[in-house]
Amino acid sequence: MKNLLFVSRHAPYGTGIAREALDALLGASAYGQNLSLLFMDDGVFQLLNAQNPSKLNQKNLSANLPALPLYDVENIFVHSESLRARALHADDLVLEPKLFKVISSQEVAELMNQQDQLLSF
Amino acid sequence: MPLVVNGREFATDKDGYLVHREEWSPTVAEALATQEQITLTPEHWEILELLREFYHQYELAPAMRPLVKQVALKLGPDKGRSIYLMQLFPPSPAKVASKIAGLPRPTNCL
Amino acid sequence: MSTLHTVNKSPFSHSTLASCLSICQPGDALLLIEDGVYGALASSPQAEQLRAVHAKGVRVYALEPDIEARGLVGRRLDEVELSDYAGFVRLSSELRCVQSWY
Repeated sequence: MKNLLFVSRHAPYGTGIAREALDALLGASAYGQNLSLLFMDDGVFQLLNAQNPSKLNQKNLSANLPALPLYDVENIFVHSESLRARALHADDLVLEPKLFKVISSQEVAELMNQQDQLLSF
Repeated sequence: MPLVVNGREFATDKDGYLVHREEWSPTVAEALATQEQITLTPEHWEILELLREFYHQYELAPAMRPLVKQVALKLGPDKGRSIYLMQLFPPSPAKVASKIAGLPRPTNCL
Repeated sequence: MSTLHTVNKSPFSHSTLASCLSICQPGDALLLIEDGVYGALASSPQAEQLRAVHAKGVRVYALEPDIEARGLVGRRLDEVELSDYAGFVRLSSELRCVQSWY
């Protein structure tokens, strides 16, 4: 079993990158690997609550995120400095606090160094 | 090829999924099931209702693994098994049940 | 257990290099590619941070064809070594993982 970390650093909707990261992660979940997901930089905006992209004719990416534990993605990390730089707090986010862990830059570095493969989005 | 139910046509894609999800009704589900050679029983319906609720909540049609996990959570471990779902919705439960429930093709379903 | 970081955006218009530098650890390597090579300039907003991670033990490279193409050969920081495409491949296989910052 391999350790795969999906690094999601882009905001939703403006480009397809955030959606591609999530689709790749859901696809990978079928293979029984040890999957982790990290939101950092503008990627933390994917977690903002009250998203409604229906007028953009796009699917609500934030609605998918609470389903991740059902896809055996249990390790969800959010970069603390990225949250702080955007003045976001736990109660602004779509995920319940117990579903993710807020980690520092140092911990991000350690997390990356524990992986067999990084998937950069 | 459109699905015809009581003289009304419903657009489906090349794999038989409803094109307009809002047109789904229990009657349409019966017709979709017939195309899959399935006769719906209460055991089928509780899975279909669970799927529709899953889609409503997460905007995702679940692949096999999350479907099994959600069924185990909501209906108990006896039903949350591949073999149980396989008996109800052969040969590919996530795809077949999603189709009958009026959902899109499951995301990344193998 | 180290990571190769690649950066392909100019630090004058993106925070990509800054994000990467905040994560780099001793033993990691950083390779500037495409418009990322503007990060090799002494005038880059992240020049000081780049020197600091280099001093900490992060090797810093810039892809030579991208440096040459943009007229930056004589303008790069001393801390930045040049790498050709073969060097890029060597780094990718030498380090355990690649994180691409874009």
